[in-house]
Amino acid sequence: MRRRVFRLLVDPIACDGHGMCAELFPERIALDRFGYPVFSDQPVSPDLLPLARRATTMCPQLALHLVEANASGGAGR
Amino acid sequence: MPAFRPLPNGGRLGPAAVRSWWPKGAEGEPASAKDAVLLARTPHLVLDGATAAAAALGACRVVAYVPEHLVPGVRRAVAERARHGLDPVPIEVVGAPSAFLAGQEAAVVSALNGGPPMPTFQGLVPIRRRGVQGRPTLVHNVETLAHLALVARFGAAWFRQVGTERAPGTVLLTVSGRSPSPVVIETPLGSRAGEVLGLSNEEATQYAGALVGGYGGTWVPIEAMVDLELSPEGARRHDAVLGPGVVVLLGKRTCPLAEVARVVRFLEAQSAGQCGPCIHGVAGLAATLGALAWAPATLRRGPEELVELASLVEGRGACRHPDGVARFVTSACEVFADEVARHLRTGLCPLAAAPGTLPLPRPLARPAGVAW
Ligand code: SF4
Ligand code: SF4
Repeated sequence: MRRRVFRLLVDPIACDGHGMCAELFPERIALDRFGYPVFSDQPVSPDLLPLARRATTMCPQLALHLVEANASGGAGR
Repeated sequence: MPAFRPLPNGGRLGPAAVRSWWPKGAEGEPASAKDAVLLARTPHLVLDGATAAAAALGACRVVAYVPEHLVPGVRRAVAERARHGLDPVPIEVVGAPSAFLAGQEAAVVSALNGGPPMPTFQGLVPIRRRGVQGRPTLVHNVETLAHLALVARFGAAWFRQVGTERAPGTVLLTVSGRSPSPVVIETPLGSRAGEVLGLSNEEATQYAGALVGGYGGTWVPIEAMVDLELSPEGARRHDAVLGPGVVVLLGKRTCPLAEVARVVRFLEAQSAGQCGPCIHGVAGLAATLGALAWAPATLRRGPEELVELASLVEGRGACRHPDGVARFVTSACEVFADEVARHLRTGLCPLAAAPGTLPLPRPLARPAGVAW
């Protein structure tokens, strides 16, 4: 079976930049100088999935998503 | 999407929308006029392309989303077609508001769904899967549809007679700065810019630089512009895209940094104001450029700050607006590096107070109905 690789994706319209996600998941999320999340280039490894899921469910705006790394989408990263 | 790529063919599509991506005048890309020219002079060609695309995809609906002032003309053309029973699917004509981003494809879909004409987040479900009325939607620009209609009428071999192997056909350019008023030119893809613009190496020296691809485009050194190949690959060699087909030659009796600062101020006002990095980053770029142009002595960090903010906004919005602003600013810093150094060294520029020459709608108003 193919191993599924995940990455983070933020809806920049919904995100209000309070930075909760970076506190919950500093392994992959940092904040830019304005307080909006920036993701590390590294995929979210399986051992980090629980932390990543917690960050997505705790985001007060539900702006943070965990998607398959090879899934295509539009703008926004 | 260029006309020569095959249409995506996954199942049947719902509505197909025609958009005038960069309408004329105070609407959309201020330096572009090609779509307005096509819609005003050859509306049937554009509508032929739209119905051909709809037929190929099995679409149930075609919507022509065009600037308000062109609605009556396009409606007349649609009525003529209806009288002759030409179209397999009904064509609706909807007026587009005059805002820079109103033609962005997700904004088109949002408006047709009764929402605000602003981009929406496309990261999870793109509009080609869920668009107008929740159905798969294809959004094409006016020029592409005109090309499609020509392919449908005369065949692929005819279409390939001009252009390059990888980019067959022609392209429409709106050229400003070469003549007293802007002109729309159709030229085979692969043409040399110097020939199309009537620009020799010697004449080029009267210009400070060339802008390719409009206000989300790239500044190219004027010497390189003469030999630039007008095709997607040719533009890419200069980190440029033809995009909306806008070419602006900037003269020397004006301050390029003040020109760039004015445009970025306009682009800041045109942002839909929805995404944090775009709102703050583009505002930061506008402020820094303004200081660099008109008050360089007040700057703590100049070009480095611009490069840093540009990379901060790139790819961080729901739409590509900030990416275009970043490209516009970073290429300006490179092409006008001497002017940047001079501003920083001397602290003032005698030309900065000169009136702007890059086309901008006046007065610089924020689009109505957008909350800030
Ligand atoms: S927690 Fe959610 S809203 Fe807050 S910064 Fe992170 S993604 Fe944005
Ligand atoms: S990226 Fe900027 S212009 Fe695009 S939707 Fe977000 S705020 Fe608006």
